[in-house]
Amino acid sequence: MVQALHARRRIDRLGALLGVVAMVAATTLPFVVFKANRIASGEPRSLLAALPSAPLLLASVALLAVAAAFVRQARARLAAAVVGVLTVALALAWAADALTPAGNRLVRISPGAGCWLLLLAFALIATDALARLRPGPLARVGALALMAAAMWAAFAAGLFDQLSIMREYAVNASGFGRELRQHVLLALGSVGAATLVGLPLGITCHRVPRVRGAILQVLNLVQTIPSIALFGILMVPLGALATAVPLAADLGINGIGPAPAAVALFLYALLPVVANTVVGLGRVSPVAVDAARGMGLTSWQVLGEIELALALPVIITGIRIVLVQNIGLVTIAALIGGGGLGTYVFQGVGQTAIDLVLLGAIPTVALAFSAAVLLDALVDLTGRAAP
Amino acid sequence: MPRPATLLRLAALALLLAFLIVPQRFAPLFVPFTEYGAPPIYDQGSLPMLALAHLGTVFAATAVSAIVAIGLGILVTRAGGAEFLPLSRTLVNIGQTFPPVAVLAIAVPLVGFGELPTLIALFAYGLLPIFENTLSGLQSCPPAVVEAADGMGMSPRQRLLAVELPLAMPLILEGVRLSLVVNVGTATIGSTVAAKGLGEVIIAGLLSNNTAFILQGGLVTGLMAILLYELMGTVERRILRATHLA
Repeated sequence: MVQALHARRRIDRLGALLGVVAMVAATTLPFVVFKANRIASGEPRSLLAALPSAPLLLASVALLAVAAAFVRQARARLAAAVVGVLTVALALAWAADALTPAGNRLVRISPGAGCWLLLLAFALIATDALARLRPGPLARVGALALMAAAMWAAFAAGLFDQLSIMREYAVNASGFGRELRQHVLLALGSVGAATLVGLPLGITCHRVPRVRGAILQVLNLVQTIPSIALFGILMVPLGALATAVPLAADLGINGIGPAPAAVALFLYALLPVVANTVVGLGRVSPVAVDAARGMGLTSWQVLGEIELALALPVIITGIRIVLVQNIGLVTIAALIGGGGLGTYVFQGVGQTAIDLVLLGAIPTVALAFSAAVLLDALVDLTGRAAP
Repeated sequence: MPRPATLLRLAALALLLAFLIVPQRFAPLFVPFTEYGAPPIYDQGSLPMLALAHLGTVFAATAVSAIVAIGLGILVTRAGGAEFLPLSRTLVNIGQTFPPVAVLAIAVPLVGFGELPTLIALFAYGLLPIFENTLSGLQSCPPAVVEAADGMGMSPRQRLLAVELPLAMPLILEGVRLSLVVNVGTATIGSTVAAKGLGEVIIAGLLSNNTAFILQGGLVTGLMAILLYELMGTVERRILRATHLA
């Protein structure tokens, strides 16, 4: 009791630490980096130098930082942190507008270390508050949808158009939609195919213990082959297939391009799906299975209505792991002409253009993050539905 | 009489070493994968040196991740660090959604080309399994044992070193093992930003359309990952036996 009282009076140490980080970032680090053109070297600009309204902004950042340290109620902290993120994002957009001479399309403005650190600090406070609130699955999906809507509105309104990353987008606008679709298609397609093949394979492993070791061992071996090598190795048989069977070539199966990437991603996705199916089915209590059999359910009914239904959360957890992993791995497909957002990442690395890298990397991370939130919610929902 | 599994491991190790030391002996195997008389064996650098550089990068990155992740895991499970627990949990989960290529690509403009961006990406990627396992290891210590340690008059520090860490050790080591093996594969991506490693062989194959190179790079890396996995398993058993006898 005494301890609880003591704790209530104390300041929140995490909030205090992040508040200090935010203040240091806002006052000492460059808020944006100014380049006269794409290849010029950058000049750091502090918040005060970049924005006419900076003192007001600094005051609000300070206020929010203090709130993070002293307000202990999670909802209020969340609200303060969200306001913080929005303030910094708006400040970034305004700074870019203020620093760009009217009509100048050459000037490049990128977020500086201070801006990133500020966003990180407030995002961390928000994440912490959310973690303590323990929102239910639907609330989490709702929050994600809200975030996506806010982002979309900001882009649709052209809020960030003066930022360098959006300049890179403008240059690549015609191809961006195609690469994004390709990226999503490769990730979803490979995971979908792996689920279709992996489920029966997992059920077989569960039912026939003799083959279990062998199948899992082979899939384990596949996982040890580095991704770029597997992409490369698969170019050979698929290329040969395209030469030997013209129909395959007509269907788009080719040595170079998305086909080897899709096969490699499918192979990587198999192990977690099969392994989790085996684990999930293994956890189903034999009592439940016996009871179902006693009730006169056929073997297929037992499998579908009892075993798979009870194993579903574990199986979906496996699918979540591979979907997040494959969304990341698709970036490497760009190395073998497979397209996807990795195209911009590798182009950016080649031209040492960080904004082009970010144009590929940020949507990839956003996709993976959204997939993780959505499937985690699904895991919770199916886990709750099952007795 | 050693078990068949041990023999298999030794054979795999012998194969790996033989290939690294006298790769030209294996040339006939790789000739069918080349076109227009391209070299069947990687000839743009020394394979053993590349393998050593590869392992060096992986070990260095994993060592740093282990120190940071175990330290963080201990910190957030102490009374004083409990406030940081929910956030660190969530961060670990979010961290997993960052593709290693993206970490690598973002690190390049900040620290330049070469080993450093690869080390950063591997470090970030290796943190997660170790941290997660340290956490579950420390949190799964039976409360009765922890209370008994308190009852014996142990200081928190003694309790951590003599009771909690030894009990959590199997899980922590398993996390290190997982990080190490995953990093062996991920490190190949480092060669896209000019880090020394076996990825160079694969990239050279991709650039010159030489499948033999791609196969060599992939097989050597895969073999190294498997052997490392087995080796870590043995090391783990040794450590555990030693700590339990002590």
